[in-house]
Amino acid sequence: MSKLSFFLGCIAPNRYPGIEAATIKTLEKLGTELVDLEGASCCPAPGVFRSFDKITWLALASRNVTLSEEMGLDILTVCNGCFGSLVDANNIMKEDPELKEEVNKILKEIGHEFKGTIEVRHIIEYLSREVGPEKIKAAVTIPMDLNVALHYGCHLVKPSKERHLGSVENPRFFDELVEATGATSVDYEDKMACCGAGGGARTAVLEPSLQMAVNKLEHMKAAGVDCIIDACPFCHLQFDVGQTEIKKKFDKVYDLPVLHYSQLLGLAMGLPLNELGINQNLIINEEFNKKIERIRGGANE
Amino acid sequence: MSTEPAKLLEEEGFSYLTCIQCGTCTGSCPSGRHTSLNTRRIVLSARRNRDVYHDKDLWMCTTCYQCQERCPRGIRIVDGILTLRAESVHMGLMLPDHRKVAGLMIDKGHAVPINDDGRAKRKELGMDELPETVHKHPQALDQVKKLLELTGFMQLVTDEGTENS
Repeated sequence: MSKLSFFLGCIAPNRYPGIEAATIKTLEKLGTELVDLEGASCCPAPGVFRSFDKITWLALASRNVTLSEEMGLDILTVCNGCFGSLVDANNIMKEDPELKEEVNKILKEIGHEFKGTIEVRHIIEYLSREVGPEKIKAAVTIPMDLNVALHYGCHLVKPSKERHLGSVENPRFFDELVEATGATSVDYEDKMACCGAGGGARTAVLEPSLQMAVNKLEHMKAAGVDCIIDACPFCHLQFDVGQTEIKKKFDKVYDLPVLHYSQLLGLAMGLPLNELGINQNLIINEEFNKKIERIRGGANE
Repeated sequence: MSTEPAKLLEEEGFSYLTCIQCGTCTGSCPSGRHTSLNTRRIVLSARRNRDVYHDKDLWMCTTCYQCQERCPRGIRIVDGILTLRAESVHMGLMLPDHRKVAGLMIDKGHAVPINDDGRAKRKELGMDELPETVHKHPQALDQVKKLLELTGFMQLVTDEGTENS
């Protein structure tokens, strides 16, 4: 059994706990145990805090990393934003002795020291590299015969010089994981475009941020998909809460259910919808739920 | 006093001077389709030492990194924008909603803290009402608060400055 610490971040545990539950359950079935990272804080959010003060951003992220260093475990994140902050901070601290010294002076005051002994992983990158689509396929008990719009999000793959995950224009590794669940990843216009939430935009300039989401949702809807699959609770929130805001502001209705990959994987492993928190979303599409029930029923016959 | 944009970017190792103003950044920008954000112009203004710090467009960037990925000169455009933003924040220019989020970080250790709805959802899933983060570990929250004091972040956020936007 592989072991990683589970960095929760903010939005997964505090708004979409189904993502947290689904991640623990599905990874366990794949032979990865997730251990609580007690006392972790916000990553901190890359757009806002990195924009405010580099040392604060670096010190907070480094504190989170040291918690896992002290346990001797690599960190797993389920969020592109957390991944971006923690990986970038971890790399900077490993590569820049001056900044490391400056930050360690601060960390010392609160009883920690950054050593540079661990790696930060993202669930999608981890599953792709360490588990692989074949092993996931073997663990699937109910192939999810769905057409899905896959949203990679930005900070999983970019900046590519830091991430080393191949093409940022036409990546495939996440599509392969989705297809391992039996779903079809449908191509759509602007597939690699941003959801519009990041960089503090959703927080401070909501309307243009939502217009970016509208652009994505239009193309997803046009591709005729059953749902959206994402890899980041912030993109998840932007698409889920965003659809209700878009309805009010722009009078546009898409009714597209939003699932984190861990939740799709949970369904494919036979876990029921309500254990995965999928119906705790704001967007609840009865037709989609019926389709899931049909797929599950078919598998049980 | 703020540092001039061109000098700041040079000190931080961003080669904005090598920009050929081709516009690939602006053409690739998802925000620029809907806002006045013109990445090419920000790069130009910064290297000419125009006052980009008061430019609200700095905050329209979602940091999607598409411009940086596609820049034919390999300029780290987004990282540069983050540097310009930080300088702007240190001048006291902070958007009100960002100041609120920063305040949540100081109080709770989370930019998006738990609320009643979140607690109810966790309970419904058979989970503990509070996650194993600073929410459940007050000593850890104390560490975060002390850290934010040591880095001057608390001061930065509470001190509204003379140029508060």
